[in-house]
Amino acid sequence: MENFTGTDFILGCSAIGAGLAVIAGIGPGIGQGIAAGHGAAAVGRNPGAKGDITSTMLLGQAVAETTGLYGLVVALLLMFVKPLAR
Amino acid sequence: MEYGILMAADSEVDFMIHGLFSYKFFGQTVWITTSHVCILLVMLLLLAFSIAANRKIRHATEVPDTFQNIVELVVEKLDGMVENAMGHNAKYFANYIGTIFCFILLSNISGLLGLRPPTADYGTTLALALMTFSIITFQKFKHQHVSGVLKGLCDPWPIWAPINLIGDVAVPVSMSLRLFANVLSGVVIEALVYTLISKFAVIWPAALHVYFDLFSGAIQTYVFCMLTMTYVNQAIEDGEY
Repeated sequence: MENFTGTDFILGCSAIGAGLAVIAGIGPGIGQGIAAGHGAAAVGRNPGAKGDITSTMLLGQAVAETTGLYGLVVALLLMFVKPLAR
Repeated sequence: MEYGILMAADSEVDFMIHGLFSYKFFGQTVWITTSHVCILLVMLLLLAFSIAANRKIRHATEVPDTFQNIVELVVEKLDGMVENAMGHNAKYFANYIGTIFCFILLSNISGLLGLRPPTADYGTTLALALMTFSIITFQKFKHQHVSGVLKGLCDPWPIWAPINLIGDVAVPVSMSLRLFANVLSGVVIEALVYTLISKFAVIWPAALHVYFDLFSGAIQTYVFCMLTMTYVNQAIEDGEY
């Protein structure tokens, strides 16, 4: 422990911050699940429109994914670019 | 800052962009990176395809052979997609949308060919999103004129102008970050699998490539083009009332 420097402390805190940042994945997970559930219900109601429903659902899910990806980008920056430990 | 974002940091897990050589440009150090090389390869492939397609279509035959069929299929699908989303404005934008569709799709699936996808570099996606943003802004000013743009900016009340402005600027930021982060997440996960559990990475990582490179890449390409078309169409239609 005697070689424990301030930089090490910052790196450890960055790792914790990266872990906290990817909690942002919860939101898109729930949102995409809701979209997929409603998509399945819509296909059940109107099987003829399966193609349209699927493409609309995937488009909406891909857009909803963005907030989770923001968290991922923040986590990757903290882990690999280490902006705070410069 | 010595390095750009996600560039040439030293770590065992290697998914970074590497600088190949640098030169001084007005006092700034400019790096030629692996992204540039990959973009050039993708562009060469597209260029070769377009030249071959152009030559083929000039000498088109009544009964199309295989290559002519492929070219016609690609053009018809792209035109149909733009037509579906934009209606009667489609003919002005089919060229642009088709071009960026081909480029982004080929960039995303270039991970299958062993390249690092150029779209996993924020510079590429930001450039694409800024092109889209300038088209949206130009169409806004063309169809709504300055008065319409100002009126839209002050939408319910003039006090909302800063928030509307932030909403406008958020369009290229979110579009570029969406594409970048999706492709980057695939690159990172593949790099983790190939370096950390390299002994067990036999055959089954192909499934990762199918999902991250093909499926996710195609979906994100479609999303990028769809959002471009939606925003441009919105900018045009707001001026028609």
